[in-house]
Amino acid sequence: MTRHIERQIDQLKERILHVGTLVEEAISKSITALINRDASLAQRVMASDEEIDRMEVEVEEECLKILALYQPVAADLRFVVAVLKINNDLERMGDLAKNIAKRVSQLAAGRPCPLPPEIRTMAMQTQEMVKQSLDAVVNADPALARQVREEDDAVDAARQKIRKRVMQTLQEGTDDVESLLRMNSVSKHIERIADMATNVAEDVIYMVEGEIVRHRASD
Amino acid sequence: MIALHGSSVRVERRLRGLVWDCDMQTSVETGRHPANPAVDASLDRLARVAAGMDFESEVHDGVRREVPVLEIDRFNLWYGAKQALHRITMPVPHGKVTALVGPSGCGKSTLLRSVNRLNDLVQSVRITGDMRLSGDSIYDPRMDVIALRKRMGMVFQKPNPFPMSIYENVVYSLRIDGESARGILDEVCEASLRGAALWDEVKDRLHESALGLSGGQQQRLCIARAIAAEPEVLLLDEPCSALDPIATGKVEDLIQELRGRYSVLIVTHNMQQASRTSDYTAFMYLGRLIEYGPTTEIFTKPILRETEAYVTGRFG
Repeated sequence: MTRHIERQIDQLKERILHVGTLVEEAISKSITALINRDASLAQRVMASDEEIDRMEVEVEEECLKILALYQPVAADLRFVVAVLKINNDLERMGDLAKNIAKRVSQLAAGRPCPLPPEIRTMAMQTQEMVKQSLDAVVNADPALARQVREEDDAVDAARQKIRKRVMQTLQEGTDDVESLLRMNSVSKHIERIADMATNVAEDVIYMVEGEIVRHRASD
Repeated sequence: MIALHGSSVRVERRLRGLVWDCDMQTSVETGRHPANPAVDASLDRLARVAAGMDFESEVHDGVRREVPVLEIDRFNLWYGAKQALHRITMPVPHGKVTALVGPSGCGKSTLLRSVNRLNDLVQSVRITGDMRLSGDSIYDPRMDVIALRKRMGMVFQKPNPFPMSIYENVVYSLRIDGESARGILDEVCEASLRGAALWDEVKDRLHESALGLSGGQQQRLCIARAIAAEPEVLLLDEPCSALDPIATGKVEDLIQELRGRYSVLIVTHNMQQASRTSDYTAFMYLGRLIEYGPTTEIFTKPILRETEAYVTGRFG
């Protein structure tokens, strides 16, 4: 006989994966919209955030219900706590995708402005990190989670590079300051998404091994 | 089931790749936490126990750092030909609450009863190994068992007040030692009843029969009687199993209060009671100590997956 709590946990797992998938799609679409200056795709990303928000609340309620009714311990407890936190981070990622989409619709309305090559690279890296962090959740895979932690450095470095380039261009003088700042802001959002993916990865390590690795250098 | 909307295909794909059972924490091959892959165990540990194989108990470092009041040292016990306890080695920390948990018949009560030699009363019992209370061998042939039992208090599943007044129940241990000074008896009676969180409820009826108390009050009276003798160790054998939730809550609060002043060893079937009341938890199975560590570790990240399976209710 399956225990009731196991059924609840299975359902919770499905829900969090659903949120993860929606967020992954929102990020991927916002990046595509950025690359193609596609305002209508950006609109759709902004609209899809509502569903993510709704799902986030549902997942949180589900977690609270399990905690209150079943008082889980050990692996069950770590799973529910990890889902609570991952849920939060996924919702933030959804917001960031929405912010990117907002900037894209502004950029699309303005004058054509070249995409810094680093943005494309860091966007690809970030999407890969998001995918891997979700796979790490699904497969309870701490090795993959550790890999995600390590990848964050490259994204941070790319973001710094873009920031410097923007500063430089501003100092040299440009007639399209607005687009430049928007581009800078997009790169900041992408970098934050990678940070959130790192958080998710760290929660996976906690979920599987019971060790809180946050605020520690990756090993 | 949740509605999967437009992303159903990707969710499905993720779920198909999903292997999700209770082994999230440990690897199946080793039976150990992946961060501590030191011990190999190709066979399931519990199956090995059932097959009569021996292995070391997993004792967390936190336990070893404590000063022990009671040391159980390679203790074996047989009922006739049947071995009920297998080489149990565990220090019981001073001033802390230590819980013994495990499925029925795992030897928790036998171990507890061995501490004050109650098993001496069972004809067929044979033991090897030793236990030491504050350094004194409990099983030394020269040990005076009556004197030994005065150093420990024991409370059983069912409250067993003596058929006498509340007052006389509490001071019973002093009476049998010949104490008759009213002042001392009154003082001990009040202090013990306060210690057992019962004073306010009974202070106006101290000379009424103890049998008129409710079950929860009777059990706290038994604890008051036990602590009146100022025992070095308090042994509690499922002290709440006959009590309702409110009385259970009071006894659990009391156990929390006793921490620090007394060393408590408690047997419980109730996993949440162990997690709520104890500092250390020992998990036993088929007469063996499987894992023993700080309660928070046992209930958040046990080392062995067998312990994990037991505390999460997946077997037992």
